[in-house]
Amino acid sequence: MSFLTISHLEKAFGSNLVVKDFKLEVEKGEFISLLGPSGCGKTTVLRMMAGFERPTSGRIRIDGQEVTGLKANARNIGMMFQAYALFPNLTVADNVGFGLKVKGVARTEREARVAEMLDLISLSDMAGRFPFQLSGGQQQRVALARALAPSPRVLLLDEPLSALDAKVRVSLRNEIREIQQRLGITTIFVTHDQEEAMSISDRIVVMNAGIADQVGSPFEIYNRPTTRFVANFVGTLNTFSVKVEDSNLGKVRLAGQALTLPGGFASSGPEMAIALRPEALRLGREPGYETVVMGRIEDVHFMGSIIRLRARVAGESVVMDTFNRADQPPPKPGTEVEISLSGKDAIILRG
Amino acid sequence: MTRFFAWSALLFGSLYFLLPLVGMTEFSLKMRRGEYSFDAYRRVFEDPRFWETFSYSLTLAVATIVVGVFLVAPTAYWVRLKLPQARPFVEFVTLLPLVIPAIVLVFGYIRLYNTSSWLPMTGSAFGTDILLTMGYTTLALPYMYRSVDTGLRTIDVATLTEAAQSLGAGWITILGRIILPNVMVAVLSGAFLTLAIVMGEFTMAALLNRPAFGPFMQLLGANRAYEPPALAVIAFAITWGCMGLMQLVTRFSKHERAKA
Amino acid sequence: MAKDKVRRAERRLPLEWLGILPFAIFSVLFLILPTMRIVTGAFQSPDGGFTLQNLADLNTASIRSAYWTSIKLSLISAGLGCAIGFAMAAAVIFGGLPKGVRSPLLTFSGVASNFAGVPLAFAFIATLGPVGLITVWLKTEFGINLRAMGFNLLSFWGLVITYLFFQIPLMILIITPALDGLKREWREAAAVLGATTAQYWRMVALPILFPSLLGTFALLFANAFGAVATAFALTGPQLNIVPIKLFAQIRGDVLGNPNLGYALAFGMILITVVANTIYIVLRVRSERWLK
Repeated sequence: MSFLTISHLEKAFGSNLVVKDFKLEVEKGEFISLLGPSGCGKTTVLRMMAGFERPTSGRIRIDGQEVTGLKANARNIGMMFQAYALFPNLTVADNVGFGLKVKGVARTEREARVAEMLDLISLSDMAGRFPFQLSGGQQQRVALARALAPSPRVLLLDEPLSALDAKVRVSLRNEIREIQQRLGITTIFVTHDQEEAMSISDRIVVMNAGIADQVGSPFEIYNRPTTRFVANFVGTLNTFSVKVEDSNLGKVRLAGQALTLPGGFASSGPEMAIALRPEALRLGREPGYETVVMGRIEDVHFMGSIIRLRARVAGESVVMDTFNRADQPPPKPGTEVEISLSGKDAIILRG
Repeated sequence: MTRFFAWSALLFGSLYFLLPLVGMTEFSLKMRRGEYSFDAYRRVFEDPRFWETFSYSLTLAVATIVVGVFLVAPTAYWVRLKLPQARPFVEFVTLLPLVIPAIVLVFGYIRLYNTSSWLPMTGSAFGTDILLTMGYTTLALPYMYRSVDTGLRTIDVATLTEAAQSLGAGWITILGRIILPNVMVAVLSGAFLTLAIVMGEFTMAALLNRPAFGPFMQLLGANRAYEPPALAVIAFAITWGCMGLMQLVTRFSKHERAKA
Repeated sequence: MAKDKVRRAERRLPLEWLGILPFAIFSVLFLILPTMRIVTGAFQSPDGGFTLQNLADLNTASIRSAYWTSIKLSLISAGLGCAIGFAMAAAVIFGGLPKGVRSPLLTFSGVASNFAGVPLAFAFIATLGPVGLITVWLKTEFGINLRAMGFNLLSFWGLVITYLFFQIPLMILIITPALDGLKREWREAAAVLGATTAQYWRMVALPILFPSLLGTFALLFANAFGAVATAFALTGPQLNIVPIKLFAQIRGDVLGNPNLGYALAFGMILITVVANTIYIVLRVRSERWLK
């Protein structure tokens, strides 16, 4: 039995089924992201875990305890919201101590715990301030401390970074991950930002239209997406239509060049679609790559360490990434280039 | 459980508010013994004083609205545009009428502008009318100012003014053709509220001895039985009409904004 | 160049203030001077000298009781208005009532809060007066005689009930936006932290609402304290509250001493100023957490 078990969870608003047959098993200390576009049901799943929404059917168990019917204030869960969730009338210290105070924890014990929590988020010198005197990033750190102070069994994060500046977003997400690992707290993180999800999660649940499309580590999700939706939603994809030569051996032809697909699989039809990530296409002839195709550069985006090129290959517009090198300026638009690629990098699109 | 309390609170409230309305309507229809009739209303409408005082109050309401708009709109605009440092003073003054009772103000007027003073406004009927209009403007000031200032907040006054100036518009053009149309909704809702306040006002008109609608209602109330509730129904209809018009212009503007 | 700029800035400053000159003149003539006249008049003897005699003359049993009744009336009607208005607004916003209730309630509140004065008194006389709808209905259907039970519309409690007709809607109008301003996240954050609904209201929602509640209470207090028309139309000149006493004094019916009128009015100003000072002090203290 896992630490957190969600089985056959469903939620309907009127006749609109926003979460369908959602299941998930989470181990103690795991960091799980629910990733998907807005309206995919990820927030609803989180709100059902928190106890704000009553599931239409299904069960939620935490640490062996059935919590499905429990009210939010009886679940012992910590939660961080998008923004504006600090109590504006309370100081930082009183915000952090709120959960302990309503539980009736004695004053001295409470103050010690608040000090410990403020130290954890390195905001000890802000204890007496009111939320409006803090920056957005500081407010969310206080919100994290407030959620963790009563030692919850599970930490729920509802897009806590989405209202912050890009720079603060990255540093705070690293801080969240660090604290989470230090405390070993089981965490569910809802986001629509794939980079965010991939950088801090142990596992990702990609959701689409109320259904969990795929559950897996960031590496699996990115490199072995099982559905077309996941492949498209996570990262950038170049899709190619290829001719099937031998479906048993996985031999296909892309623009006349032979490729062997991973696992020796190819569909039984005469044609199929495969996809390649931008970084699987290499500019020039690279050793160890199966084949070389010709392409014509259409556009060059210099982004610093990475240069993103758009090229036309076999009638398709594709995107490829190369690393910047000081001694090698990127090709100009209009130039014909050789592009190396391999069948083993191919993602086979189904559904 | 919550819902039960919610419904009870609402039900209790509705009952409290509806019963007097039902009561006055029912009573106003009872003039003829044994059957309901509109006799009380006919009596009211046949009374020439009803029409005199009604039109007097209406005239004064219009005058109040005109004075109020010309006083408040340019001031609120100017404070937003050029004199933000005057805001505390202006806001304080506009809130004063909510703190100083009308009866105290009008007492001050009577003593300050009596026939033996430097500005003997109460010396003539017309002068008193002007004084009363100013008094009403004072009473309406908090609502008028708030309404117009809120309206100005929703448009970018500085940019609109600069754009108009760069196209060669003068101050009158800017105020009359750029700013006013943009805050028209706010001005109108303030105007309808003013209308509702002035039509029923009693204290100032009674103490300045002017034949307004409020003192007329009071007089009738002291002497008759069935006409007063009929008047109350009429007054309620006027208030309702003013508020309805206020909502109407607001909704109209929302519609307009949504289209834009 | 620099000097030139300074001089121009000096010249422009008074010119900009000219923009609010009409407003300033208006407020001096019709707000500030009349009020000052009352204040100075309260300290003047009939021959124009300084005196405290007018204020001392207020100290009669009848005037003391008039002030006390007025303050009680204002406090009670404002307190009940706040409590009931809050309950109704909270019921509509948080009580799970259908959404369609809200807009009519607000519209009606707008109308009812302005339906004060003479016609309001008529409405209550027609309903709770000696031959009013409810009085007669209770007597004929249930044999309950309100009058015999001590209820009289033309009394203190009758006035409270009547004043509530504009006090409650005013509260609803002002507190509804404030209740809307309570963010859902606050309620939910309190809940996941283990707080009960009561704890959330006591520790978070009410402290946040406190400035609005206080402000509305002060407004309702002033609203009731200065009201003349409703009371006058309801009870005539005999009810002993300050505004009615002042009304009679201005009309020259009673008292005789004109400077006592100043003192009476000055007392009203004093009370509203004290009430508003208390309000401002409490508000500043309760708003430390606001920008």
